[in-house]
Amino acid sequence: MKPFTYSRATSVADAAKTAAAMQGARFIAGGTNLLDLMKLQIETPTHLIDVNHLGLDRIEPTPEGGLRIGALVRNTDLAADKTVRRDYGVLSRALLAGASGQLRNKATTAGNLLQRTRCPYFYDTNMPCNKRKPGSGCGAIGGISRSLAILGVSDACIAQHPSDMAVAMRLLDAQVETVGADGVARAIPIADFHTLPGDTPHIESALKNGEIITSVTLPKPIGGTHVYRKVRDRASYAFALVSVAAVFGKDGGGRFAFGGIGAKPWRTPAADAAASSGAKAVAEAALSGARTTYHNAFKKTLVERTLASLYRQKEARS
Amino acid sequence: MKFDTPATTNPIDKGRVVGVAQDRIDGPAKVTGSAPYAYERHDAAPNAVYGWIVGSAIAKGRIAAMDLRAAEAAPGVLGIVTHANAGKLGKGNYNTAPLLGGPAIMHYDQAVALVIADTFENARAAAKLVRIDYAPQDGKFDLNTELDNAVKPPDSGFGGAADTAVGDFEGAFAKAAVRIDQRYTTPDHSHAMMEPHATTAAWNGDKLTLWTANQMIAWSVGEVAKTLGIPKDNVRLVSPYIGGGFGAKLFLRADALLAALGAREVGRPVKVMIARNQIPNNTTHRPATVQRIRIGADKNGVIDAIGHEVWSGDLPGGGPETAAMQTRLLYGGANRLTAHRLATLDLPEGNAMRAPGEAVGLLALEIAMDELAEACGVDPVELRIRNDVQYDPEAGPQRPFSSRKLVECLRTGADRFGWSKRNPTPGKVRDGRWLVGMGVAAAFRNNMVGKSGARIGVDGTGKVIVETDMTDIGTGSYTIIGQTAAEMLGVSLDDVIVRLGDSRFPASAGSGGQWGANSSTAGVYAAAMALRAKLAEKAGYPADQAQFEDGLVKLGNQSQTLAALAGREGLWAQDSIEFGDLDKRYAQATFGAHFCEVGVDIDTAEVRIRRMGGAFAAGRILNPKSARSQVIGAMTMGAGAALMEALEVDTRFGLFINHDMAEYAVPVHADIPEQDVLFIDELDDKSSPMKAKGVGELGICGAGAAVANAVYNATGLRLRDYPLTIDKLLKAQMT
Repeated sequence: MKPFTYSRATSVADAAKTAAAMQGARFIAGGTNLLDLMKLQIETPTHLIDVNHLGLDRIEPTPEGGLRIGALVRNTDLAADKTVRRDYGVLSRALLAGASGQLRNKATTAGNLLQRTRCPYFYDTNMPCNKRKPGSGCGAIGGISRSLAILGVSDACIAQHPSDMAVAMRLLDAQVETVGADGVARAIPIADFHTLPGDTPHIESALKNGEIITSVTLPKPIGGTHVYRKVRDRASYAFALVSVAAVFGKDGGGRFAFGGIGAKPWRTPAADAAASSGAKAVAEAALSGARTTYHNAFKKTLVERTLASLYRQKEARS
Repeated sequence: MKFDTPATTNPIDKGRVVGVAQDRIDGPAKVTGSAPYAYERHDAAPNAVYGWIVGSAIAKGRIAAMDLRAAEAAPGVLGIVTHANAGKLGKGNYNTAPLLGGPAIMHYDQAVALVIADTFENARAAAKLVRIDYAPQDGKFDLNTELDNAVKPPDSGFGGAADTAVGDFEGAFAKAAVRIDQRYTTPDHSHAMMEPHATTAAWNGDKLTLWTANQMIAWSVGEVAKTLGIPKDNVRLVSPYIGGGFGAKLFLRADALLAALGAREVGRPVKVMIARNQIPNNTTHRPATVQRIRIGADKNGVIDAIGHEVWSGDLPGGGPETAAMQTRLLYGGANRLTAHRLATLDLPEGNAMRAPGEAVGLLALEIAMDELAEACGVDPVELRIRNDVQYDPEAGPQRPFSSRKLVECLRTGADRFGWSKRNPTPGKVRDGRWLVGMGVAAAFRNNMVGKSGARIGVDGTGKVIVETDMTDIGTGSYTIIGQTAAEMLGVSLDDVIVRLGDSRFPASAGSGGQWGANSSTAGVYAAAMALRAKLAEKAGYPADQAQFEDGLVKLGNQSQTLAALAGREGLWAQDSIEFGDLDKRYAQATFGAHFCEVGVDIDTAEVRIRRMGGAFAAGRILNPKSARSQVIGAMTMGAGAALMEALEVDTRFGLFINHDMAEYAVPVHADIPEQDVLFIDELDDKSSPMKAKGVGELGICGAGAAVANAVYNATGLRLRDYPLTIDKLLKAQMT
């Protein structure tokens, strides 16, 4: 860990302004990812702005009939929230599939959206990694890549986005609300929030310099049967090889989002459109453009089979 | 005391304390955090400063230049140790690569510097400022491409001969009615013990004390002395509490050496812990294996020819993974062949991990037996019973087993598990989305013994005190040693004080190879016999007639208290157990049978263990409670080997890339359901006066194969490449 300075933000606007003014400043909330990365000097902020005291920890209805989730709502609290459990079951299930109880107690909503990849080459500072050190190359391409992404990847980076929560939010068409350094608020559709690696894999979101997440809003509930299925090497406390968030409607329709396979939480309209045609068709649509390695090619099969499992269970229920 | 004839009735046979389930006597100290571990010896070494290890960024080559200026100028830095200022260092007998590398680099993350600073954080931050220019060289990192270059290794001390052959294996195999000939592979494994390697070091003049986490105190005193070039008498090791070892802490490692060098450099105590993400590449691991097993049998499954060949790799000067060892002893058959071949690799050094040899050998052999059972149409439990042999099948009937209850383990274990409910046709049992299957595997682990000493005394209050350099690596040594002393002297366990893990105490066998429990308690037995003689003499009773009960020494109606006999100054005795040739005349081993039921998701191929059960015969079970803990822990490790554990080799850069606990998966609670453990009654009078054998490693031996065989029974997919992960099951075209 490199020495850094620390301050406590007094307001959202103050946090954004300070972050924009100080090069190398980062916000800190739960710290469950950032602190680990700082110890390894993968992240080397010169200044930490503690935002834990800004409020932003409420879950409340929106005038549109949806839900606004404060940026600092802890994963444990969000998963346990009565409204979330009743109306957005897929989100609660995704959260509980992630990390461990201890980590969920600390991890925040905004921090979870911004958590960084688990690519092993990103974690070893002796290895090439364009995401960690732009221009150094990609160790994972041609290396060990079993856990890595097959969608949205580039020649520069095949890192996967590790979040479960973000997959459910992608499914629910969440919006990420922010305040910029200039004090101006905006809402970013989650589809546009995470960016693809292209040749700048070190840039992972649409956030501008100093911009701070204040909340995530969910549109009004969509009904249907909410499921989150996470497939991993052990029964708990592991990142997804493949995860599927799905909502099945009574009309035979459905919508799908995927984790563990994309450079960002993955969703495609074509997959939703294929919902009534079954697992194989949904998988085919979702996997359009997939680029696999020798190690992670199985993820294509696994996506289809995970969907098949969800359809099988759906049919068993009806 | 020399143990060279089978034990007869002795005080341990009373079974008043020994053999009775006991809570750990060190449990309260551990759960209250008052048991000090190596990195927390603020009491013993106040004012310690912190060392952080810089590991090599390349796998092979040389350091061309080191620039320490930035690191030396960093806040709080007190000194830096490198090859340039460490002085001449030797190399321990049990180390393959030097623990401090440079200028030559032998493996990735080999230590090349220790940065010492006033705080942990300053040391870690400054370590990043050490600038090193490397001149890398090409290395060999892929076992598969080096198989043809593998050579016959020298015979090893623990593994015995590299190759053995009896009868005409090739001829008999060619003629056999049923033949199995398959290749199996196991990956590199990391010990992943809870406490990382850690040491606090302090010099007092030319005397060095290391508070460290080490399984083998006496070995390691010698290794420290040899490496530093100082007399053994100037080295003290203290290791009373150890947070798991599994073989990772059998040896002197970089934490201890560099803490010693660091403390000398800065003239005050230094503590060093190997960071979790340095452990897989800096320290030792269980080497990957490629195994070929050939079994020829008649149509009833009776083996006539059995061959097991093993390939593994290590750094130059290293040793093989002796995975064919159990095949020399486990099943009958007149025509036999075993062979080990060793390739040179430039990966981090391989060495012992829990049940070296058998743990991975049985992963392969016990699948092969499952395949033979199916080929012959014989139940897998019955097949193993048909091939039981009561003597060393390489040596012949003149070398019988000291005790061998494999058949009882198989039969009793099968009954308890409900084996008869297994459908022998794979892929036929469904429970919702799960395909369900059962598997069995034999458990086998050699019983090794070693010289072990202790001293034992009674103080003026009647408390019994035992001191030995034996270690407790979480296994329960404190308690079984206390039980042994209590039994021998006729006191309650509460009246025994056990002190372990200090090189000032008599040298013990240490903790390794599951020899520790039996050998160290036998050493306590020997010392206690000497003390009994002294106490009886002081009481004026004939030593062979005195009874030790209720804190008294008795003869007929007369009695005297231990406290009174010991007097204010106390009474002490010291002795060692030394083993004769009973382990040559008799094959000595521990046996068991593992059973497992798994569910495999019909779609996703996720494997979930539903039940594990086993029956084990390992001589007298000294403490059934901690023995069970050892076995279920080892079964869990076997489940990890079967389903998830693998160090992934990047063959371009020459390292294990998944070198942290996020990416090297070991089982979590949710992976391990009910585990049933039954110990079969057994006393082995040829093993030691305790009539015990080891049990700490037996539980991993075969456990993973039972899982793999259950996966086959569930799915009909035979995987021979561990671990059995989802990608491999899907590739095997699960339908």
